[in-house]
Amino acid sequence: MGKRIGLEVSLSAAEAVKMADVDCIAAYPITPQTHIVEHLSELVNDGELDAEFIPVESEHSAMSVCTGVAAVGARAFTCTSSQGLALMNEIVHIAASMRLPMVMILANRSMSGPISIWNDHTDVMSIRDCGWIQVFANNGQEVFDHVLFGYRVGESQKVMLPVMIHIDGFILTHVIEPVEFWETQQVERYLPAFKPIHALHPDRPVTMGAFGMPSMFSEVKVAQDEALIQSKSEIMAAWNELGDLVGRYYRPIETYRSEDAETLFITQGSFGETVSLVVDALRDEGKRVGLLMDRLWRPFPLDEFRQAVGNARNLIVIDRAISYGGQGGPLAMDLRSALYKERNQPNITNFICGLASRDVTIDDFKNMFNRSMEKIEGNPREEDFEYYGVRGK
Amino acid sequence: MAKTKTDPTWQELEIGGIVTNPGNAAEYKTGDWRSLRPLWDTKRCVRCGACYIFCPDASIYETEEGYFEADLYHCKGCGICAHECPTQSIKMVEEEE
Ligand code: SF4
Ligand code: SF4
Repeated sequence: MGKRIGLEVSLSAAEAVKMADVDCIAAYPITPQTHIVEHLSELVNDGELDAEFIPVESEHSAMSVCTGVAAVGARAFTCTSSQGLALMNEIVHIAASMRLPMVMILANRSMSGPISIWNDHTDVMSIRDCGWIQVFANNGQEVFDHVLFGYRVGESQKVMLPVMIHIDGFILTHVIEPVEFWETQQVERYLPAFKPIHALHPDRPVTMGAFGMPSMFSEVKVAQDEALIQSKSEIMAAWNELGDLVGRYYRPIETYRSEDAETLFITQGSFGETVSLVVDALRDEGKRVGLLMDRLWRPFPLDEFRQAVGNARNLIVIDRAISYGGQGGPLAMDLRSALYKERNQPNITNFICGLASRDVTIDDFKNMFNRSMEKIEGNPREEDFEYYGVRGK
Repeated sequence: MAKTKTDPTWQELEIGGIVTNPGNAAEYKTGDWRSLRPLWDTKRCVRCGACYIFCPDASIYETEEGYFEADLYHCKGCGICAHECPTQSIKMVEEEE
């Protein structure tokens, strides 16, 4: 077992990147991602990590560099937040369509405006359909493990896709948590050297990122979508192997006291830890409440969701992002369509809350539970969602 | 769109739409785009080869007599050759429907 130390989550994330022995880091600092990049630059400067650190002039360049690095068959890392992600958006989509593995940590922060440096999932949802494998990590240990997991899965020749790790900005990036480091031998066993299917090399010329005529475009895109859907078996294998190696088993949907639950909260990101306390409190009051935490966001774990929901009658979906003019938060919309085929569809209530790190306390979640029970007494399908805790609403 | 025999299915594509046979640009017949066609006047032409050099599609070739002509499968009718010719030996003429 590796050593267990207390460290700021951003720093331990950078230490995991070092353990993954990346070849190149290209990043532009942006709050709340900054400490990750800063620490990596120190590690490279101090000779602790033998990698190129490219302090690019923008996030667009950061993602372009990573794409080039992966194209020659080297291991690339970057990280960003909200506006930085928006600026690199163009190349984010291209990295996936070119099937180039790399790992990016997205320190989740609101999309402006108004300008906000605080946490929510509006940046995550802005990039939902970019074609990357996307996972949520909810504490420092999960972040550390998923950096190694990201390279392992993405670089698998059966997958060949970039991997994005979502971590809540400040709430997670800036807290000190105990993290168990891996032993070098464990990393070596888990993460073999990157062997791409094609790499740019003068002896074996190929064209990457070529023009796609209408007669070819759909086939290329379907192949990309199939690759993402089929990546799930490698994701499961990599999680299982990680569990066997370090004793922590991850699943697409993490469950907490959900087996016999009548009502399930469904969360993404660090809300899960707060809601687990709410579940305990409501259980103490004799209410059959449980929790599902979505870890795998893309590919969407459809079967796992349907199975985890099981016979629960009521779902309370907590979204930390707005889909402007839409029918609810992005998670709730996906869940409603995931359960569309169920003969006995559960009642689904949806709350959008916690934007720009606004505190959502245990009492708030209890209120949402009570509000949901009231709605279910009436017509739960009457309104699609509710903004929770907004003045005047 | 009708599927011809040579169009690959999504399963047959190279990963990421990568092109593995170099120099295949000639397979793409840019001549389909053309609405104007270059016409050479060999009486004025001084065989300097400027048109040959400037053609962005490399679709001009030298004839046995040392004059120049366009390969109409690839000439896209941009008119650069006509613009660059120092003796105005190339005229762009309308393609008939
Ligand atoms: S018209 Fe354009 S493409 Fe055609 S031969 Fe002249 S330069 Fe080349
Ligand atoms: S540029 Fe004009 S003169 Fe020169 S070779 Fe071409 S047609 Fe002849």
